[in-house]
Amino acid sequence: MPIDKLLITIIDILAIGFVYWFFLMKRDKQVQVVDSVDIIVDGGYSPSTIVVKKGQTIKLNFFRKDPSTCLEEVVLGEFKTRKFLPLNKKVTVEIKPQEEGEFPFACGMNMYHGKIIIK
Amino acid sequence: MEKSLLNNQTVKKTFPIKGMHCASCVNVIERAIKKVDGVEDCAVNIATEQATVTYNKDKVKKVHIASAVANVGYRALVNEEVKSEEEQKKEKQRELNALRNKVIFSLLFGGLILWGSFPWIMQFSPSFLQNPLVQFIFATPVQIWAGWEFYRATFASLRHRSANMDTLVAIGTSVAYLYSVFVTFFPNTVQQLGINPMPYFDTSTIIIGLILLGRYFEARAKSATSNAIKKLIGLQAKTARVVRDGNEIDIPLEQVQIGDMLRVKPGEKIPVDGEVVEGQSSVDESMLTGESIPVEKQIGDTVIGATINKHGTFLYKANKIGQDTMLSQIIKLVQEAQGSKAPIQRIADMISSYFVPFVLMLALATFAIWYDFGQTPALLFAILNTVAVLIIACPCAMGLATPTAIMVGTGKGAEQGILIKDAESLEIAHKINTVVFDKTGTLTNGKPVVTDIVTSNTIADNQEILQLVASLEKASEHSLADAIVKEAEKQNVTLLPVANFKAIPGFGVEGEIANKRVLFGNRKLMEKENISITHVDEHIIKLEHEGKTAMILSVDGKLAALIAVADTVKESAVEGIKRLQKMGIEVIMLTGDNERTAHSIAEKLGITRIIAEVLPDQKEAVIKKVQHEGKKVAMVGDGINDAPALAAADLGIAMGSGTDVAIEAADITLVNKNLSSIASAIVLSRNTMRTIKMNLGWAFGYNIILIPVAMGGLYPFFHLLLNPIFASAAMALSSISVVSNSLLLKKQKI
Repeated sequence: MPIDKLLITIIDILAIGFVYWFFLMKRDKQVQVVDSVDIIVDGGYSPSTIVVKKGQTIKLNFFRKDPSTCLEEVVLGEFKTRKFLPLNKKVTVEIKPQEEGEFPFACGMNMYHGKIIIK
Repeated sequence: MEKSLLNNQTVKKTFPIKGMHCASCVNVIERAIKKVDGVEDCAVNIATEQATVTYNKDKVKKVHIASAVANVGYRALVNEEVKSEEEQKKEKQRELNALRNKVIFSLLFGGLILWGSFPWIMQFSPSFLQNPLVQFIFATPVQIWAGWEFYRATFASLRHRSANMDTLVAIGTSVAYLYSVFVTFFPNTVQQLGINPMPYFDTSTIIIGLILLGRYFEARAKSATSNAIKKLIGLQAKTARVVRDGNEIDIPLEQVQIGDMLRVKPGEKIPVDGEVVEGQSSVDESMLTGESIPVEKQIGDTVIGATINKHGTFLYKANKIGQDTMLSQIIKLVQEAQGSKAPIQRIADMISSYFVPFVLMLALATFAIWYDFGQTPALLFAILNTVAVLIIACPCAMGLATPTAIMVGTGKGAEQGILIKDAESLEIAHKINTVVFDKTGTLTNGKPVVTDIVTSNTIADNQEILQLVASLEKASEHSLADAIVKEAEKQNVTLLPVANFKAIPGFGVEGEIANKRVLFGNRKLMEKENISITHVDEHIIKLEHEGKTAMILSVDGKLAALIAVADTVKESAVEGIKRLQKMGIEVIMLTGDNERTAHSIAEKLGITRIIAEVLPDQKEAVIKKVQHEGKKVAMVGDGINDAPALAAADLGIAMGSGTDVAIEAADITLVNKNLSSIASAIVLSRNTMRTIKMNLGWAFGYNIILIPVAMGGLYPFFHLLLNPIFASAAMALSSISVVSNSLLLKKQKI
């Protein structure tokens, strides 16, 4: 195999490995929430993983800074909530989780994800 | 509209208020805010916990309002200004206009570049358009200005180590653009590699233009999927005419209090829920119940806020306001249903969450495969096919497939008076093959009347029998008791005091009247008390064959009389049941009546399977038994007395009317009395599920078929490659077609 082709193949394999590691092997930082948390919506959710105690009422204050229409809605399917997030405005979603487990939330098209871990 | 009334300095804003718990809080907060110098008006709404303040923005800062509210012990969240629907609509329109301008700009310049560079048509173009430098000048603003949205979103999501469609478009168009820039400025280097130095600015610009165009149409169509909620919110009246101290004054809806007397004139909208205390009229409730025939309202009847008074004028007492009104509850339920997820969506969710990284990996693999094994010029083919793979992939269609259909389906249901609790209920409804009806109050009107009084040797007088039974039944809550008490009232019978009253569910009632032990109930009660009924058995059977419920009276252990009561069958029952049977659904009638009465009613309704003599607490067990036969069971009841059975069924359907609908009790609530709505609900579910399956099939099929085509899968067999421009057109069409297909649900008859 000519050297350029060999080089492209090796770089390509490394790049595929990098994409896999970068996007699919990330570990989200968990944030313990007591009563309320501000979630910045900008290219994703920050923080994206929040830990909450069972039976406790918490307020998730979403603040969308990202004009992308992809992020204009947040859906918390398990909590039957779909909220429109106006740009640069705080939108509060109040939840009272009654079951332990991991409950995902995502944008309206399910491209950006976050999760609520109930312990 | 609000804005036109205001001058440049005056603004009207709405803020959430925290800490309110009663109506007096409203006045305290309003007074406190109004005292702030520069505040012109303030209205606080306890139901929504919001304050709408009109103030001079030069004099008043938000912090002034916050501290005024804080001084009286509450909290105004002035940084969480609530945007009105109107403002949100305007903001959305501004976004759409900006998007439209970018689409026009990109497609115009993209079109010119295409004219000057695409084979067959370039020969008809002016020569300056064929100049790569001119194409570079046209393509650069498209790439940077119109395409900025893709870059910005990509950078933002990369910070979170996530990727979406914007990432694919940004990378795809950048590759095409940067390659073209290189070709434009270093044509000789490219030529030395054996590649014709032809730029691909048309590809990068047209892709951006088409994808933005797709996004523009998608955004417009998507906003139509939530029209039902907007329509429901728009139903709300703005003002109410309250009668205070003999005067009628118009007040904003938010200021109506429970107990207020409200006057409604012909053609006006009824502001909140309440009970008619004077006058009569007919009311059009179609906007909430889907029933087109106006409902007659008289003193004592319930009226529903947001419905329209037709001819008469009446006075009514408000008994539900704010978030307690039926309209508010419907809006809340529909919003919740639209926010919930259908189980069918899980797989789409799982795939779409890995999709973009997977496409990136496939694009990288495509590049290497074409570079290593493709035909010359390998680099050019590798680049073009990689761009095609990045552009053709459409994760949005997968993300939109289910929720858009659920939104349209639940919205359409609400317009017809079919309230669906969540997406899961809507999904289950299409699998239902058996519908169990609770007879009383569901198939029948639940308003039985006394039809026969059979005397005996013990008591020969009808009035005396009625007196004893009605006195006893006065304390009972059974629907048949009401019929007897009403009959006694009609005949002006005076009721007697009852001692030691006891209701025996499923049997009857007992008590002491004038020192006599009186029992009234069914055959089982008499058997339990060892009272012989053999000589009236034939009579009882005859009454039961006529579909009447015969009840037996005994005084001091002796049989005294029979009273027969019959319920009337609902007008829509026969048609409703026929529709279900035509759909291949088995219909079962569940009743506490005995076999003979039940059969007589079932016959009128065309029902062949009856489960009779079921005690109230056995209904749940009966449902489970039917489920054990392998059936998917829907239970239809009134939602109040049948809650356990509704919960036990695969699908609980509550039929209600007026404002007493127990919305939370069931998976589906029908706010009209029309039994055809049950079939409509199942048809709606079937249509929605069919749409979801079509959408998912399309979204998955599209990606599964076209990604390999973009990779060059057809090249070894047919020498066919996918032009990235066609890839972008297919991608744009893909999500539009999914949303449009969901919107078609609106047109389907249920």
